[in-house]
Amino acid sequence: MNKILLMGNPNVGKSAIFSRLTGARIIVSNYPGTTVEFTQGQMKIGEERPIVIDVPGTYTLEPTSKAEEVSVRMLYEGGLVINVVNATNLERNLYLTLELLEKDVSLVVALNMWDETKHQGIDIDIKKLEKELGVPVIPTCGLTGEGIKELITRFKEAKNLKTKPSSDSDKWERIGEIVERVQKLTHHHHTFLQRLEELSIKPLSGLPIAVGVIYAAFWAVRLIGEGLITYILEPLFDKAWAPLMLKLGALLGEETFLQNVLIGKLIDGSVDFKMSFGVLTTGLFVPIAMVLPYIISFYLILGILEDFGYLPRLAVLVDNFMHHIGLHGFAIVPMMLGLGCNVPGALALRLLEGRREKFIAATLMTISIPCMAQIAMIVGLVGQRGGQYLGIIFGTLFILLIVKGLIMNKFIKGASPEMLVEIPPYRLPQFQAVIKKLWMRVSGFLKEAVPYVLLGVFFVNILYALNIIQYFSSLFEPVLTGLWGLPKEAISALIIGFLRKDVAVGMLGPLNLTTKQLIIGSTILAIYFPCIATFVMLVKELGIKDMLKSAVIMIFVALIVGTLLNIIL
Amino acid sequence: MIVDLTQMKPDETGIIKELCGGCDFTKRVQGIGVRPGKRIRKVSSHFWRGPQTIEVDKMRVAIGWGMAKKIFIEVDR
Repeated sequence: MNKILLMGNPNVGKSAIFSRLTGARIIVSNYPGTTVEFTQGQMKIGEERPIVIDVPGTYTLEPTSKAEEVSVRMLYEGGLVINVVNATNLERNLYLTLELLEKDVSLVVALNMWDETKHQGIDIDIKKLEKELGVPVIPTCGLTGEGIKELITRFKEAKNLKTKPSSDSDKWERIGEIVERVQKLTHHHHTFLQRLEELSIKPLSGLPIAVGVIYAAFWAVRLIGEGLITYILEPLFDKAWAPLMLKLGALLGEETFLQNVLIGKLIDGSVDFKMSFGVLTTGLFVPIAMVLPYIISFYLILGILEDFGYLPRLAVLVDNFMHHIGLHGFAIVPMMLGLGCNVPGALALRLLEGRREKFIAATLMTISIPCMAQIAMIVGLVGQRGGQYLGIIFGTLFILLIVKGLIMNKFIKGASPEMLVEIPPYRLPQFQAVIKKLWMRVSGFLKEAVPYVLLGVFFVNILYALNIIQYFSSLFEPVLTGLWGLPKEAISALIIGFLRKDVAVGMLGPLNLTTKQLIIGSTILAIYFPCIATFVMLVKELGIKDMLKSAVIMIFVALIVGTLLNIIL
Repeated sequence: MIVDLTQMKPDETGIIKELCGGCDFTKRVQGIGVRPGKRIRKVSSHFWRGPQTIEVDKMRVAIGWGMAKKIFIEVDR
């Protein structure tokens, strides 16, 4: 046994079992489609070290989206298959089980979410189910780890039955028989959470709840983010780091190349973390003291909403609106993830069915959904001048989202597909699970973003030292100054924006811009092009041709919107 | 009485009679657990041809308007 595949319907807890088996940390949430690409890890069984693969969820072996396609392809590579089945919805889940039994693979069944059956008045006779299916069935609970040991010890009993292929209706008939024999349902009373489920999906109560949830979420993100900055990180940098940097600066010698790169310019004889632009001053301050606090607060709140199971409900509520911009409700998921960072957002585009939908969603996201790092910088920089200016920037982006969506929906051939999605029950988020997920995302930011920010700041200094910025600024002066009313030096921000958007926004700081220029600059930086990481991911997901088309739209929109803002404001 | 899913009122119950659509459509809808013979309860219906949510086998599914039009139900009225 060298390979183990975890397969099952969406949102049955494959990822939770995966991390129990391998100890690897992966994102687990409460909505169908959390995993869109296969994740692999290694586990230890005695002397063996098989590779375990967490396969995206699928209802049948006939794929309907790219995520499902990935799953089915994996199957033909052989190995042991653990069919993860949602015990609270045996009937539907067994369809895939019967399909898997027909294939040439060894199978065991993990009857997951076993703990929930008790609350729901579901009683399943495991021994009988094993007999009916002919393969081992082990009750598990991925979140708590119950049953995982037994699952592992029974791997060796896995069987490859390769049953005779049967038709759809035969399968459903057989499933009916099985369920009749092994499952007993008893009546149970609706719990508070179930009543809340109902309320949040009915339009009249659901819409006010959605407004409340979104408002509370933003309020909490801001409160936590600002709190971390004001009470912890800014004092830390001002009181502890700044004096250290001053000493280091003196050691390096005034106006030397090293001082310029590491410490940057001194403002009135001291370090100004937003203006100095040295690798060790602004380069560290931007990711740690300006962006990190919002990354922490955003992912904390997003994680709670995800684990609670709120996102699919939001998807249903906004479905209508999304149809007008060429998408369906579930496209809200990549958008929400994109708000944290466009890269996972781009990956989640796989949840969407067609090429048209993906193209529209990708273009809308890259133009109108700034990532949290960029938002944090805009809030930090523009927010000082007044909250209403933030309103102009984010308002413009939102209007753009709608206008572009309407236009693309009208002019790109085809219709927006219909939504068909399972809405999971609400589950109270578990503290440990939320913190674990938060830590995974935050450490991802620290490992992947911070080095790029430092690199970005380093590049800025090199580009200036080599007079490259000066060259480009005269080249693009007609656009920058002529159309957008920005100083030509702002080209440096646009260049660095390819690398990191947060650094790019930060670079507007030392340019002494007027408020109007700051608004235009920040808005254009959000629109004109994705950062390199997102770009690479989008090329993979959309293909180079669609990505180039999308890029043309972005540049075009940036030109128009910048000019319009310059005229209106 | 047989109606399509969009014509059902919230909280009404009934039994799915027929899925009238192409192979792709029936496969997808059946795969998610919405099949002829199933007893369902309509949970909600959203404004302006929005998605229809139903409860089937203690599980909730949201179905877009166009698809819901192709699902026929014998309602208990």
